[in-house]
Amino acid sequence: MDAIIDLLQQNALMPRADMARLLDMELVEVESAIAKLEAEGVILGYQAIINREKWDTEKVTAIIEVKITPERDGGFDRIASRIAKFEEVQSCYLVSGGYDLLIIVEAPNLRNAAAFVAQKLSTIDAVQATATHFRLKTYKENGAFHQFDSAPERLSVSP
Amino acid sequence: MSIRIADHVRDIPRSGIRDFFEIVQTMEDVISLGIGEPDFATPWHIREAAIYALEKGRTGYTSNLGLPRLRRAISDYVRKKFGLKYEPLSEILVSVGVSEAIDLALRALLNPGDEVLYHEPCYVSYAPSITLARGVARPIETRADDGFSLRADALEKAITPSTKVLMLNFPTNPTGATMTAAQWEPIAEICVRHDLVVLTDEIYSELTFEGGTHSSIAACPGMQERTVFLHGFSKSFAMTGWRIGYACAPAPLIEAMMKIHQYAILCAPIMGQDAAIEALERGDESVASMRREYERRRNFIARALNEMGLECLKPKGSFYVFPKISSTGLTSREFSMRLLNEHKVAVVPGTAFGPGGEGHVRCSFATGLDQIKTAMERMAAFVAQAR
Repeated sequence: MDAIIDLLQQNALMPRADMARLLDMELVEVESAIAKLEAEGVILGYQAIINREKWDTEKVTAIIEVKITPERDGGFDRIASRIAKFEEVQSCYLVSGGYDLLIIVEAPNLRNAAAFVAQKLSTIDAVQATATHFRLKTYKENGAFHQFDSAPERLSVSP
Repeated sequence: MSIRIADHVRDIPRSGIRDFFEIVQTMEDVISLGIGEPDFATPWHIREAAIYALEKGRTGYTSNLGLPRLRRAISDYVRKKFGLKYEPLSEILVSVGVSEAIDLALRALLNPGDEVLYHEPCYVSYAPSITLARGVARPIETRADDGFSLRADALEKAITPSTKVLMLNFPTNPTGATMTAAQWEPIAEICVRHDLVVLTDEIYSELTFEGGTHSSIAACPGMQERTVFLHGFSKSFAMTGWRIGYACAPAPLIEAMMKIHQYAILCAPIMGQDAAIEALERGDESVASMRREYERRRNFIARALNEMGLECLKPKGSFYVFPKISSTGLTSREFSMRLLNEHKVAVVPGTAFGPGGEGHVRCSFATGLDQIKTAMERMAAFVAQAR
């Protein structure tokens, strides 16, 4: 299972027959293992990693620190899920340190992003404070580099 | 004037690999499975440590034997991984790749006419290195039926009163052969009985698959005192271009090797030595992740070769497979040349590694999966057509 997850994380689109060869398994074994991981909710989904320099360049990504007041029952969970449900919110983490939630927001443009923070996020009672950082450039995302090193040159045949 | 080259140098044949390399160089769009080095760049933390050392101005000579801190790290590593104890300051020499260490050991040990045994097919430099050290090269053929491992009876038969040294390389380039502790026992017993010195090149030992543990002949009873344990960073840490290897041996032999090393080379480059320290101290995870990747590709390539009808052992170590191609009716060289010219895939003819390699080709899986996959498709088409 570890090896299958590892391969899927490298390239979820890898043909299952190739996976079977790499892991010395039968094709049906690989397919059923993946189906099981999906059914059990271990694998939540598959997505493409988009280079924002090349596509939808107006889109804005904001990384927002949110300080919230935990509730007597349920701690941070209810507020966090309330925030996470906004469709602008791509990721939402409870973190240690000087603030509580780290959320990543995507919006079509700067105005929409600002409106989300001012009108939606900051107005929630439990939210004490926010600090918004806008993404300027992406160097690496989910393990993929946006600026590639040139492939190292190798001799074409060597002992 | 006509310059006369020394006889023993002139008589060394041109490397079969170099011939082949020059043909491949002139062609475009070739997928090469002929490359004997990792396709990974050196792990970033190692490169970064070397950059840091350069920034600090660490650019001078080191002790002839190598940085003491590196030798201590090597001593710890070799004790932990191979169960061998070497005194860092007197029993370890840092060399410019294992190749230099082999040359040093042979030159330090051999008188003209001393015989050196080595198993074949083998790495291309062994026989020439022996000749250059004025020794007599005596190959012992290993066979596919034995998984290309060294048989004790074959060794025993090859020994003469002039035999001084046995050279070993397991896991083996080009066959991927490995040896178990049980297989070493009778070999070690013969070495002790005939008072042989053993040079063991264990450069591929980290690339041992299926969770197996590599076992060194140096760990057998009576062996460490007569063994030169050779290892380096090129394959395990993807550091070929840094040129750092090392030899571990009894102090008097290291001292003799150091005499040659200090006058010929002075010391291995400090940049490589600084990088090597980082590799040993914090490189385990990088090695494990590369090994995982190689093992998967090995599974892929071995199955693909067998499916196209080329009998291929699944090697337990190294990053080479050595499939048998004689069923196509072609020689190793014909097979490799036609595969290259007609389908643009480069593999190395088995004969480049000694006459015993006839009927086989070496395919390296130190190449990205996409390339391996395409190469296997082209090779399958070629094999079907050649039959």
